[in-house]
Amino acid sequence: MKEITVTVNGVEHTLEVDPRLLLVHLIRENLSLTGTHIGCDTSNCGACTILLDGKSIKSCTVFAVQVNGKNIATVEGLAADGLHPLQEGFKETHGLHCGFCTPGMLMRAVELLEKNPNPTEEEIRWGISGNLCRCTGYNNIVRAIQYAAAKMRGDELPVTDPEFV
Amino acid sequence: MIQCKTSKEIGGMGHSMRRKEDARFIQGKGQYVDDIKLPEMLYMDIVRSPFAYAKITNINIEKAMALPGVLAVITGKDLEQYNLHWMPTLMSDTQMVLPVDTVMYQSQEVAAVIATERYIAADAVELVEVEYEPMQPVMDPYKAMEADAPVLRIDKEGKTDNHIWHWEAGDKEATDRIFDDAEVKVKEQMHIPRIHVASIETCGCVANYDKVNNHLTMYMTTQAPHAIRTVIALVAGHVGLTEEKVRVISPDIGGGFGGKVPVYPGYVIAIAASFLIGKPVKWIEDRSENLQADSFARDYHITAEMAGTKDGKILATRFKLLCDHGYTDAAANPSKFPTGLFSICTGSYDYGHSYAEADAVYTNKPPGGVAYRCSFRVTEAVHAIERITDCYAQEINKDPAQLRFDNFINKDQFPYKSALGWEYDSGDYHQGLQKAMEVVGYDDLRKEQAEKRARGELMGIGISTFTEIVGAGPSREFDILGIKMFDSAEIRVHPTGKAIARFGTKSQGQGHETTYAQIVAEELGIPAEHIQVEEGDTDTAPYGLGTYASRSTPTAGAAAAIASRKLREKAKKIAAYLLEVSEEDLEWEPGKFFVKGAPDKAKTIQEIVFAAYTNHPQGMEAGFEATHYYDPPNLTFPSGAYICVVDIDKETGEVKVRRFVAIDDCGHIINPMIVQGQVHGGLTQGLAPALYEELIYDEEGNILNGTFMDYLVPTAVESPSWETGHTVTPSPHHPIGAKGVGESPTVGAPPAIVNAVVDALSHLGVTHMEIPITAPKVWKILKEKGAL
Ligand code: FES
Ligand code: FES
Repeated sequence: MKEITVTVNGVEHTLEVDPRLLLVHLIRENLSLTGTHIGCDTSNCGACTILLDGKSIKSCTVFAVQVNGKNIATVEGLAADGLHPLQEGFKETHGLHCGFCTPGMLMRAVELLEKNPNPTEEEIRWGISGNLCRCTGYNNIVRAIQYAAAKMRGDELPVTDPEFV
Repeated sequence: MIQCKTSKEIGGMGHSMRRKEDARFIQGKGQYVDDIKLPEMLYMDIVRSPFAYAKITNINIEKAMALPGVLAVITGKDLEQYNLHWMPTLMSDTQMVLPVDTVMYQSQEVAAVIATERYIAADAVELVEVEYEPMQPVMDPYKAMEADAPVLRIDKEGKTDNHIWHWEAGDKEATDRIFDDAEVKVKEQMHIPRIHVASIETCGCVANYDKVNNHLTMYMTTQAPHAIRTVIALVAGHVGLTEEKVRVISPDIGGGFGGKVPVYPGYVIAIAASFLIGKPVKWIEDRSENLQADSFARDYHITAEMAGTKDGKILATRFKLLCDHGYTDAAANPSKFPTGLFSICTGSYDYGHSYAEADAVYTNKPPGGVAYRCSFRVTEAVHAIERITDCYAQEINKDPAQLRFDNFINKDQFPYKSALGWEYDSGDYHQGLQKAMEVVGYDDLRKEQAEKRARGELMGIGISTFTEIVGAGPSREFDILGIKMFDSAEIRVHPTGKAIARFGTKSQGQGHETTYAQIVAEELGIPAEHIQVEEGDTDTAPYGLGTYASRSTPTAGAAAAIASRKLREKAKKIAAYLLEVSEEDLEWEPGKFFVKGAPDKAKTIQEIVFAAYTNHPQGMEAGFEATHYYDPPNLTFPSGAYICVVDIDKETGEVKVRRFVAIDDCGHIINPMIVQGQVHGGLTQGLAPALYEELIYDEEGNILNGTFMDYLVPTAVESPSWETGHTVTPSPHHPIGAKGVGESPTVGAPPAIVNAVVDALSHLGVTHMEIPITAPKVWKILKEKGAL
């Protein structure tokens, strides 16, 4: 067992952990933050994506001991009050069905928009290509991220009613 | 534009209401099965076979049991004592829960470890020593049918071959006669490979047996909680778990797509473990276990034939199927339909004769045949008819769109009796294809294609105009294990005019919490915002058969409308009493009854409901509740016209879907935003098998791509930007004219994509491509044809 101190969504925790404990299990089991999901065992699906010191990472691919002294943000900490523009975008544009991939998509998109506040569709598609969604077909996830980007830039919001000719 | 009868505030049908369930999902507050944590909960992990076919000579659990934290290692021999080592499949075949002496496929469950922690359980799996005597597996279904093939199911007394069942439909002789005399005949062999639903959440459960009260609560990833409860009671009633002692809770589900309909061994072992130990037991599959051991679909080998005239009139079709079910028929079909609804294979075309036959066979693959986003084999049927129709067009050198127009069933021919006996409820196929061609710009694309071809570039346009069959189903024909396939709704309106509505179905992302509320809002005028929808708890929801095969709207959606109408009848009586007029003098508009000719003499639904609790007429039952069990008179027949445009990179053979236009007709639309979302998702699940996905086995029965590293689920990069639209041909027999839509795109997309690729290569003499159309496959053909 090893003692680590980690700040999660702004709250500092000191925990005794098994050196082999995966970060995703620390988050889900030890801290009961079950918004971060597990969808694979090969680092492919991105359902477990969180922010580590502001960078999006797959928390199933990192040991808990590796985040000693670091800062973590999960979906539960995305908005202090109300909804983050990305959360609003996903709801407004129907960017989710079952919701299982959603927390990972949201956390990935946070970093994406931080680095590139005005991404093209192509850039968004490549930007979320480490996150799998089996339900939505991605069209509306792209629109959700565009919506959030516009909102965060303070631009006029795109039309969110579906183009369903 | 979709017309709405209700205001946006009421939010009835036709409004793109934002989803009520989203609030919890976007804030990380969904409750999926792995999020459930009970006091003293134990963890289960499974030992799996490395061999596809082997005798088990010994299982040594000593080392595993010696590991601190391990409570039990359960083997087939342990379950045998309770007669729980085999279980029935939904198709009345038998499947091992845990093997006593033989494993039948790679990754089959061999033993289960129960431990205090997840990691300890995983460690203990490594310590269970199993000795095997491997045997040569049978992987090829054609070889399995040969006379000298080893018999795989020796557990079945008197079994002398690997044949499971034979099925046929249609008039063979009459069809053969037409083929004998036809001017044009085309024939193609197609394989619809084994694929996986790959919902991002795997399967799992928490079984919680309470010894004191002899009661089991089963939290599990199931699309059909009530059916599961009945199955548990049927299988475990003899050990005391009768149906009132069983509660199945299906929490939030991270995608189902048919993969969460069957009962898998892991669920049963978890129940057994909890029963024996008396503590809650959690079992969550790894992704690789999920890909290797359950939730398979398809694996049909199809010979399709079409007969017609020289100028393009379809006269007859013939289909011969070989169905690879793995070592047991664990398909999730209605009992009387071993090939599911394959007999929709006559398609959208008007012709008199068809004959289809199928043989099912055992091999050393995992139990197969879940209805992956598909009404039980409609995907296979649509692939066969839409491909062979294109083969025919190519053979007589006719434009595939024109050929379809010339053969479509006309809109005035409905209800239409198909050659294989279905009564199609309604459709307007000409309108759909016309619209798709306009949106995509068909004529211009053909010109562009001719120019590109002249320059040596490869571009193709593919069409699929499919007819679906969903909403199983009328109880005279449809049952699962004898339980009729009705579905249900129960609506309770509280005194203040807000409601809770419960259903026998179970959403896995389809948005039922929103769409069902909209149906009730449409019928009662209570704002959808104030109608809480609940599903998935067998203690509270009315009995139903669950959500799969696009049946929720056709069945439970209909039940919602009819239960609401029962309430409206009651509301009318109360309104008449309150307004002191007779019922005939009242007229309804969404949200209120008013006196004909005196619109300000009115009572709102809220006032009426309040009166039902506070001031109801003498002799009338108090309260405001209704339940309905809906038994559909027929299935519904959604349709679609899809056009796909592909570009092929000559250097690599890579196929790129440049455009894809999908015009769907699912009757009246409840929520356009959700329908469109369903279409986007379904199209991507049609793209996947067309270009990328297939579970591949070698001759030794090893699965070669059993992880997400090499089973390629499309990302946002492979997926094109889908273009969607609709036509509306209401179902005449459905209470709100709706038809269901979830599976249409998954079913309709693959042949459109294949037809586009074949179209791009047709000038080289290519008439067919097997799916998935990977870059190496295309490159090889280009090389063979000297086109590189
Ligand atoms: S759980 Fe799939 S990438 Fe982490
Ligand atoms: S919404 Fe279900 S996996 Fe993305």
